[in-house]
Amino acid sequence: MLLRHTTSEIKDRSALMVNPAKTCQPIGAMYAALGVHGCLPHSHGSQGCYAYHRSTLTRHFKEPVMAATSAFTEGASVFGGQANLLQAIDNIFTVYEPEVIAVHTTCLSETIGDDIPQIVNKAKAEGRIPEGKYVFHANTPSYVGSHVTGFSSMTKAMVDYFAESAAPKSKLVNLIPGFVEPADMSEVRRIASELGIASIMFPDTARVLNGPMTGKYKMFPEGGVTIEQLKQSGGSMGTIALGAIASAPAGLAMDAKCKVPCQVLNLPIGLHDTDLFVDTLRRMAGVNVPESIDLERGQLVDAISDWHSYLYGKRVGLVGDPDQLLALARFLTALDMKPVYVVTGSPAGKKYEEALRETLSGVADEIHIAVPGDMFLFHQWIKNQSVDLLMGNTYVKYIARDEDIPYVRFGFPILDRMGHSYFPSVGYRGALRLLEKVLDALLDRKERDSTDVNFELVL
Amino acid sequence: MAMPADMKEESLTLDGKELTRVRKQLLAKYPSKVARKRDKQIVVNRVTPDGKVPEIQSNVRTVPGLISQRGCCYAGCKGVVLGPTRDIINITHGPVGCGFYSWLTRRNQTDPDSTPDGHNFMTYCFTTDMQDEQIIFGGEKKLRQAIQEAYDIFKPKAIAVFSTCPVGLIGDDVHSVCREMKEKLGINVFGFSCEGYKGVSQSAGHHIANNGIFTHVVGTDNTVQPGAFKINMLGEYNIGGDAFEIERLFEACGLTLISTFSGNSSIDKFANSHTADLNLIMCHRSINYVAEMMEKKFGLPWIKVNFIGAQATAKSLRKIAQYFGDEKLIARTEAVIAAELPEVEKAAAEIRPRTEGKRAMLFVGGSRAHHYQELFNELGMVTLSAGYEFAHRDDYEGRRVLPSIKVDADSRNIEELEVHPDETRYQPRIPKERAAELKSQGLQFADYEGMMPEMAQGSLIIDDISQHETEKMIAMFKPDIFCAGIKEKYVIQKHGIPMKQLHSYDYGGPYAGFKGAINFYQEIDRMVGSRVWSYLKAPWQKNPELAAKYACD
Repeated sequence: MLLRHTTSEIKDRSALMVNPAKTCQPIGAMYAALGVHGCLPHSHGSQGCYAYHRSTLTRHFKEPVMAATSAFTEGASVFGGQANLLQAIDNIFTVYEPEVIAVHTTCLSETIGDDIPQIVNKAKAEGRIPEGKYVFHANTPSYVGSHVTGFSSMTKAMVDYFAESAAPKSKLVNLIPGFVEPADMSEVRRIASELGIASIMFPDTARVLNGPMTGKYKMFPEGGVTIEQLKQSGGSMGTIALGAIASAPAGLAMDAKCKVPCQVLNLPIGLHDTDLFVDTLRRMAGVNVPESIDLERGQLVDAISDWHSYLYGKRVGLVGDPDQLLALARFLTALDMKPVYVVTGSPAGKKYEEALRETLSGVADEIHIAVPGDMFLFHQWIKNQSVDLLMGNTYVKYIARDEDIPYVRFGFPILDRMGHSYFPSVGYRGALRLLEKVLDALLDRKERDSTDVNFELVL
Repeated sequence: MAMPADMKEESLTLDGKELTRVRKQLLAKYPSKVARKRDKQIVVNRVTPDGKVPEIQSNVRTVPGLISQRGCCYAGCKGVVLGPTRDIINITHGPVGCGFYSWLTRRNQTDPDSTPDGHNFMTYCFTTDMQDEQIIFGGEKKLRQAIQEAYDIFKPKAIAVFSTCPVGLIGDDVHSVCREMKEKLGINVFGFSCEGYKGVSQSAGHHIANNGIFTHVVGTDNTVQPGAFKINMLGEYNIGGDAFEIERLFEACGLTLISTFSGNSSIDKFANSHTADLNLIMCHRSINYVAEMMEKKFGLPWIKVNFIGAQATAKSLRKIAQYFGDEKLIARTEAVIAAELPEVEKAAAEIRPRTEGKRAMLFVGGSRAHHYQELFNELGMVTLSAGYEFAHRDDYEGRRVLPSIKVDADSRNIEELEVHPDETRYQPRIPKERAAELKSQGLQFADYEGMMPEMAQGSLIIDDISQHETEKMIAMFKPDIFCAGIKEKYVIQKHGIPMKQLHSYDYGGPYAGFKGAINFYQEIDRMVGSRVWSYLKAPWQKNPELAAKYACD
């Protein structure tokens, strides 16, 4: 047994987290910053932070993940990291020549109270930031929130720093995709363009973290939202923020700063949340939904009806990030499956938890939800009463193996399989892919466990 | 000392390129202050007839903004040294990230059923998940409670606590909390002040970890295990099962392994390690301190070994047999080598025509950049350039330079333990005369010659290589294979050059010992010969003019 010390006896814990279902803010900020074209994320902390974040993101995407660090030493930790950041800004613009540097803080620099805007202003005054280039920042203390908070804050910083009001408003729609895969970002944009809507998406990691191999490495790949687009985004006709936790703060900041009305939706995972996304897009832009989208939707509904008998009533355990869980729980419920255990490590708040409970209110089973919780508690629930399917990041495979439960990788990080960065799980096509994965897992198990007598050719 | 004419840097070339020009290109884009610093960390290798090499600056601060491979002190302490010990509950005291990132991400394999209680906490991540409340009011209370909960739920034999950056800044006294809980719970509880900002790299963390293990664990169990030839393996972390292969060879030779620091390791075995008769050092950088301290306190001598490479493995096994000087052991060791080596040599001979003359670069770790050159040599490959991520001058130039290493402010902050012979348990394992005799026969005690003396004249040695220098080296030399870590992996491969991870082995291995050598040969054969590198251009990119011609027609 891999998790051999996990038992069904649940003891109260107030201090010890075991097997976290979250990580810290800066990695989310780094990921978001990689979705800006020509941007080098910069970690203002000791060099272990950026090494860990780069490693984790690299293992997840199997792609180069570039970032720099202030490389704090003991001295910098005592006297402040200003000198380190100034030197870093100098070196980065001289040696690596990015268009923009996105600084995020760490628990170290937050604890000592480094004032990033003041340091950046000093860098500007001293001529360390070349003409036409930018440094922007987000405060991402690791001891608050989670990796999703960091993503959210860096995305909001893009609005705070760059969005410029304009009147009259353009025909562009801003799309804030949330902490999702590059493939999901492409899919969100594709759906909008199927409706004939031109959009500005930020952040946008497509073609940054799923780039091609050409024999030539480009430190700053083709993808990413440009600073020019970010400036323009303040003049868009509206914003759709996907995911209340990851995207709403940026969308609402845009509304407050540039009077661009914002609609906050669930991530478009599954049938109903994709319906909502498409419908909102249509209304916002005043366009008709083309047949091509009707076709995609129809295919999804068709597949659900074809395979419903294998899904019906199956108990599912979910671990992941709040925005994903909410939409996924809704999708699974729509398939007549029963998401009975739901854990996120992110402290997503009471309102979020209520939304999740509301989503699951129709499920005829005992529901356990932990917001926030950890994977140890999740595993203990399973020890008490098992489930038919597990969905979560790669760490869930230890539970799946110990308990012999079918398992679908979903979320962040996925360190041991390919696909997530190339194939979307949002939109109708993404829902089809999720459906395929769920069915593959369930049916492989059914066939593994069937006897020679009841093993069948056609399902 | 005047250099012979052909050893002057100007006249040296590497792979047909003039080295002065290469160095200039590496540094050209840097601001002058950075260039001056990096200049001392980029050295052209020149070995004098008596084995001396030029000085290389190392174990110094990373330049902010330069993009280095390095990690932090915590990573070295918790991630590298203590992480692979399965029966300790390792609690990371800090915000969630540090514990999360070091959770199962090094490939230290372990076999929990090889110790009676079967404890294995390596698959778990324990953290105090520090919140802003603790940053403001202090985290000791939460830490104390976390230790209590870990004890109540898991009943471990030992609990270790690792401090992350904010812990040091807010002034939590983890050591006093650990002492208090040790007393209260009656199990071993000890802490490490391994905040990420300490030192200049992972190396500081190794040192802190070793000090902690030596202080709190080594020598706490005096049980004498049966066995005639008792050894400890130090600095072998069982990545990809390396330690299992080495254990297999030890068993075949009739050696008794008391403990490994720290791969497939158990705290019970650390506790008992002082009863062995010889320490073998695999990774000199990460753990030479423990060997030094054990020798001073308990009298066990140490020798440097290397089980990476078939010839190196045979040589290391012979050294161990030579130390014990037992005829039967020597004969049995020779029999093991004779039984295993031919198959390895056969594998190398089969692959060598496809790898001969290919050029490698290795920038990794604190010993692997040296050790893996053995395997490349066995495939007829040349190492053009190498460097460490976090090593010190002695790992490059050999321990002979130890007295001349200047201790800077960053290193001075890492505690050096004062160790004295144990009143009752100090016992030199071999008489001075015997040691001198062995020395005269070529067995070097407490010595490591370093990487540079074994590398060719004119190889380029680069300490703490930056992303920029990596790019330049790739552009100038287009090596056939590049070795580094996960962060570098896909950068290199985007250039169409295979990149072998030597931290995680790309999830393969083992590469140690005889069986490991064969695995490595096959892996390198696969990588340098892979067809994928020929797919980079589409047909229309290879012959664009043809398309134009058709269009005209």
